[in-house]
Amino acid sequence: MSAVPLLDISGLTVEFATRRGVVTAIQRVDISVAKGETVGIVGESGSGKSVTSYAVMRILDRAGRVAEGSIAFSGLDLTHAPESELRDLRGREMSMIFQNPRAALNPIRKVGHQIEDVLRQHARAGSGDAREKAIEALLQVRIQRPEERYDAYPFELSGGMCQRVVIALALACRPELLIADEPTTGLDVTTQKAVMDLLVDLTRDRGMSTILITHDLGLAAAYCDKVIVMEKGRVVETAAARDIFTRPAHPYTRKLMRATPRPGITLRDLLPEGEASPLPPPTSGDKTPLLKVENLVKEYPRPDQRNPIARFMPGGKAGAPGPFRAVDGISFEVARGESVGLVGESGCGKSTTSMMVMRLLDKTSGQIMFNGQDIGALAARDFARHPLRSKIQMVFQDPTDSLNPRYTAARAIMDPLYRLGGQSSSGTARARCEELARLVGLPADLLDRFPHQLSGGQKARVGIARAIALEPELVILDEPTAALDVSVQAVVLNLLADLKSTLGMSYLFVSHDLHVVQLLCDRVIVMNGGRIIEEGAASDVLERPQADYTRQLISAIPHPPV
Amino acid sequence: MSATPSREAAIPRQSAGWSATLSHARHVIGENPVTGFSFGLLALLIFLAMFGPLLAPFDPLASDTAAALQAPTARHLFGTDQLGRDIFSRVIVATRLDMAIAIFSVALVFVVGGLAGIAAGFFGGWTDRIVGRIGDTIMAFPLFVLAMGIVAALGNTVTNIIIATAIINFPLYARIARTEASIRRDAGYVMAARLTGNSDLRIALTTIMPNILPLMMVQMSLTMGYAILNAAGLSFIGLGVRPPTPEWGIMVAEGAGSIISGEWWIALFPGLALMVAVFCFNLIGDGLRDIVDPSRRT
Repeated sequence: MSAVPLLDISGLTVEFATRRGVVTAIQRVDISVAKGETVGIVGESGSGKSVTSYAVMRILDRAGRVAEGSIAFSGLDLTHAPESELRDLRGREMSMIFQNPRAALNPIRKVGHQIEDVLRQHARAGSGDAREKAIEALLQVRIQRPEERYDAYPFELSGGMCQRVVIALALACRPELLIADEPTTGLDVTTQKAVMDLLVDLTRDRGMSTILITHDLGLAAAYCDKVIVMEKGRVVETAAARDIFTRPAHPYTRKLMRATPRPGITLRDLLPEGEASPLPPPTSGDKTPLLKVENLVKEYPRPDQRNPIARFMPGGKAGAPGPFRAVDGISFEVARGESVGLVGESGCGKSTTSMMVMRLLDKTSGQIMFNGQDIGALAARDFARHPLRSKIQMVFQDPTDSLNPRYTAARAIMDPLYRLGGQSSSGTARARCEELARLVGLPADLLDRFPHQLSGGQKARVGIARAIALEPELVILDEPTAALDVSVQAVVLNLLADLKSTLGMSYLFVSHDLHVVQLLCDRVIVMNGGRIIEEGAASDVLERPQADYTRQLISAIPHPPV
Repeated sequence: MSATPSREAAIPRQSAGWSATLSHARHVIGENPVTGFSFGLLALLIFLAMFGPLLAPFDPLASDTAAALQAPTARHLFGTDQLGRDIFSRVIVATRLDMAIAIFSVALVFVVGGLAGIAAGFFGGWTDRIVGRIGDTIMAFPLFVLAMGIVAALGNTVTNIIIATAIINFPLYARIARTEASIRRDAGYVMAARLTGNSDLRIALTTIMPNILPLMMVQMSLTMGYAILNAAGLSFIGLGVRPPTPEWGIMVAEGAGSIISGEWWIALFPGLALMVAVFCFNLIGDGLRDIVDPSRRT
């Protein structure tokens, strides 16, 4: 490592002008990145990790400004550099990868052309060799058959593939610094591993420096040399990746580490020391099946079959494959008082399955028995007013999206009480609503707020209160913590476990994260391609996976070095 | 669970209900001078519409041939027309009629077009096709000519002007409501509403509609100006309100011929009133959206 760092941020303070006066987003942040070094910035939402990177690229909002401090990039002061110089720097000397790869690509331009644009912009290619160089760039991010992919539009590529294209774009001009802002959030674990491995290999080969911004300590530890932990706009700890796990110095780092799900722990281990009451004993359960799914199938017509004209075109019907089977004949049971995890990557059919059990979607064939009654036979559109509706409820993945922006928290929780709970007077409904709020740990004075005035964790609590308002027997949890910070996730998972033991519900927990599922569930079902790959007790599946696919899933989860 | 994230304490307590809406409205109006100005103009228009006949110094219909075609003076601020009627009084009194036509026609199309659009976007299928084709059919005509045709066929009364103005605006409202409803059809909170036992109709009316209201509000204020112009236009070509009723469009029409002979004030002042009203409604849209949308209430 050279003595002069490639990037040297010292005493950086960024302020935002808002309606309530000036808000300091980050305060006196010092970060240095040496040449060839990979630095991870870890923190929860609102910690200022993204603002720091935006300040480096000088792409802050108009309301934001660097109030103090300096950013030196190989000797150049970025805080005072003119815009023209910066424009030249961005993309050529430093590049950035954003969270959502699909949003970062122009949807109506071929990916090959988009790479060419960058190359030409910085005069790395002329019209003669642009195509050749773009294909080479695609090849370097390990995209198979790059000549064909050159002509693809972003919507024709999978999420992982899009992120590879974005990486190709970012690295096309061989920059010295790459800032990756949550590059794998929203991707499946196996895809995450492939993308991260690729990223690390490429940057190492080229001697590039990388700043990896993430909320996942495990990911940062697995791929970075140095980890910087940020909390509320301040750097609280800077240490080598190895040391941060063995000897975390700052209490916040310890709290983050504790809250990260990992093998061999119980739910209570996620909470800060001293705050955890003993875990309620596992409910014995009378083991009578509450939900019994048999040979459930969901088929979707392929696009060309939906088009009536295509049927009459030559070769339109003869060679076409059958309808697409999103769920391909699965059978499983959920016993009374049991929690079952449904695990798999995106597109494995787990969400389709949960929607069908939820009766929001009609099955193609098979049976869904709930309490001995075939609810699968009832049309999804009529189920809203069925008496069993109140017995099956759901906690949604995105707490923001699942709350009506025009309802206060109290109104959202009371909605099921009015519609299905037979409550008609606002007084009794309000009393029940406050009781539910107490149950999920939501302060009563927040009940009159609108969703945008609540934090992610609070919104999650509102969603949970709404789901349990009617004392359902089965609650489907659709990745209820995927959009939450780890420390909030820890609290919410514990809350769910407590609620289950007090109210005696069954859970069907749909998730892509085996570690999280193992904490909450007794049994795990692993799905892939619409079929059940493996099924068994949570600890068995995690520790002694039988199927190759399960093994792949488990090994792809980034492990903090313990 | 006693673990309360520290963030919860950071947001100041918000008072709910009307007082919050009012204080928010005050903030929005105060924040942007243009919004404040346009709301001031609106207040003036509403005031004139309500009390115009009381404020007018002369009877708007009384003719005084001795004082015909006088240029603006202290006695007749806007001058007098061919029959010696006071233009100032006529402009003020006309406010009520023009505003009424605009407000009722926009309210009509807001309800009908908005509901049709929501039904089309939310239910899809045949509802969508029928509403879409009705909209396309209306759009196939030059809109003003269509309005002319409707009024000519139904007879030129104020009610028919309102209906004609509503019909030509229908596709606009139906399309916006349809797009917004179909975006929100698959939102998480709509699914959640379904789980809590709301029927489809209920979801459309209590969940979807309030959420697209802010956007429709902007549309309303924009078409309000257009509706005034349309009503005035119909009157201008003789298909709207019948003379001698004071109405801005007719007054411009009556004065148009006299501009060449030097009596510019007959057409100018009602024209200016028309312009100010349209201008006011066009400006007000953004401010209105900010007031109606609770997520702007930070």
